[in-house]
Amino acid sequence: MNPRILDLGDRAITVEFGDAIDPALLARVAALDHACARAALPGVIETVPTFRSLTILFDPLTSSRAELLPALQGLLAEADVPDATTQRTWRLPVCYEGDLAPDLADVAQRCGISADALVELHAGKEYVVYMLGFLPGFPFMGDVEQDLRLPRRSEPRVAVPAGSVAIANGLTAIYPWESPGGWHLLANCPVPLFDATRAAPALLAAGDRVRFAPVDTAEHARIVAALRGGEIAVESFAQSTS
Amino acid sequence: MNAVLEILASGAGASVQDRGRFGHRRIGVPWSGALAPDLLAIANRLAGNATDAPAIECFEGGQCFAAGDAPVRVAVAGDAELELECDGERRRIAAWRSLRLAPGETVRIRAVRDGRVAMLAVADIEVAHVLGSASVHARSGLGGHWLAAGERISAQAAPQGPERVLDAPPGTDVAPFRVIPGPQADYFEATVFDAFLATEYRVAPAADRMGMRLDGPTIAHRSGVAPEIVSDAIVPGAIQVPGHGQPIVLLADAQTAGGYPKIATVISADLGRLATRRPGDVVRFAAVDAVAGEVAAREHAARLDAWLAAIRPLPADGADLDALYSVNLVGGVIDALAPPEPTAD
Repeated sequence: MNPRILDLGDRAITVEFGDAIDPALLARVAALDHACARAALPGVIETVPTFRSLTILFDPLTSSRAELLPALQGLLAEADVPDATTQRTWRLPVCYEGDLAPDLADVAQRCGISADALVELHAGKEYVVYMLGFLPGFPFMGDVEQDLRLPRRSEPRVAVPAGSVAIANGLTAIYPWESPGGWHLLANCPVPLFDATRAAPALLAAGDRVRFAPVDTAEHARIVAALRGGEIAVESFAQSTS
Repeated sequence: MNAVLEILASGAGASVQDRGRFGHRRIGVPWSGALAPDLLAIANRLAGNATDAPAIECFEGGQCFAAGDAPVRVAVAGDAELELECDGERRRIAAWRSLRLAPGETVRIRAVRDGRVAMLAVADIEVAHVLGSASVHARSGLGGHWLAAGERISAQAAPQGPERVLDAPPGTDVAPFRVIPGPQADYFEATVFDAFLATEYRVAPAADRMGMRLDGPTIAHRSGVAPEIVSDAIVPGAIQVPGHGQPIVLLADAQTAGGYPKIATVISADLGRLATRRPGDVVRFAAVDAVAGEVAAREHAARLDAWLAAIRPLPADGADLDALYSVNLVGGVIDALAPPEPTAD
């Protein structure tokens, strides 16, 4: 299917590949994103990959659609080249116990399974990071097993604790910051998702793969302390494969 | 020499903002930045700074600032009522000019008349930058938080040289706010889109740095279409229409992606003017195509350049403002720039 080119105001163009959450669309978004980065298009401020589209934000004082659209068409023609970048897989410790898992029992009950089975289903899967958004560093990951799919809470929480691992519909996420939120909280991840002082402030990037490794509350606390004390680096939770 | 500007009162809300934090939307970091970029540029030029330096964005008035042990040069852009207090004497002073705030003197933004923000620039301001910008995104704490009474902003002591003034500042522009249809205009029937353009909306009380909700007739989504989309990217100016049908204009601090259809996007040339409308104000929209939006951006930049070029130094002559602002004037003396008004105590 040919992508649609949509106007998002005078200073942004959205190239839309489809209207679903689908890893195949994500691959096309990533291919165009990398092609744009390589092409260094004039006046482009930044690009924003999402589930199904790439938005190109540009400065209308130094560029224009007249310049960018032909260049984009050219990149789209070439961008089906498979992406040769390195794949990162994260194995993030998460604790599905006690106060760190406020909605676990409720979700298990609503899904008609035991809490242990829920943990097994949620942690037993490799997720793809579709995109970051909502909050700095907030990863939208999928796809959650059919048996765990619930709509958002009817009453969003005013304050979801930082590190909360949550689900809603077919997606799972980790809240990088304390914030309001309507997702169901299953666990907590001790690894900070965002730190502006890191070279790459967001821990995860679109296209990364994520697996959750259940740990108990004592191990969760130990990892929090070790990260804080600099004894372990966040990179130690990632593996790269070409 | 180091100086500080102390925040004595933060009024209805004040935060440090510059042009914004660019290049990190892909990791969910909004641009933030001044709601009114023109006011940022003008205030900074008046204070002698680069036009994109950080400044203090002040909502609705009530803010009060004092110089510490060294004089500080400040300048306010915006339709603000200002008051200078020196040795217990209070005087109204004009905005759109710089002034040297001597140790012990305070400047108060009593009110903002037209629009909801005024920008206060501080000559040679020194604030921390995070990810390339000093702009505060209060929701994440990037760049800091809303200013609170007792905080101090570092700067260099007021430089020598004349004060600067903009004699004919930007006035009120009541033209409709221009929008480019889309990216999800096809979620609405053409007649509904036309009605959106023909409608007068009022800015709802729920208006902040993230967005402003507009009160008016509801906008119906096309029948059979869910009022939500698989999230895609947002820019400041995008007008979301959630299921309740009341449009929300997204502003500087808005999240980087969202799941509501966007009927249209306010062009960048008109966004500063819209973002500073206050609750209760009436707004109307007019559609233009994307190329016209780009042309408007260039025209707007040229107009800002003209305002910046019109900023002139104040001569140190008989009506010397340094004298006016350093002498403890007796009541009734005519201020060269603003007629004295009784101050409300």
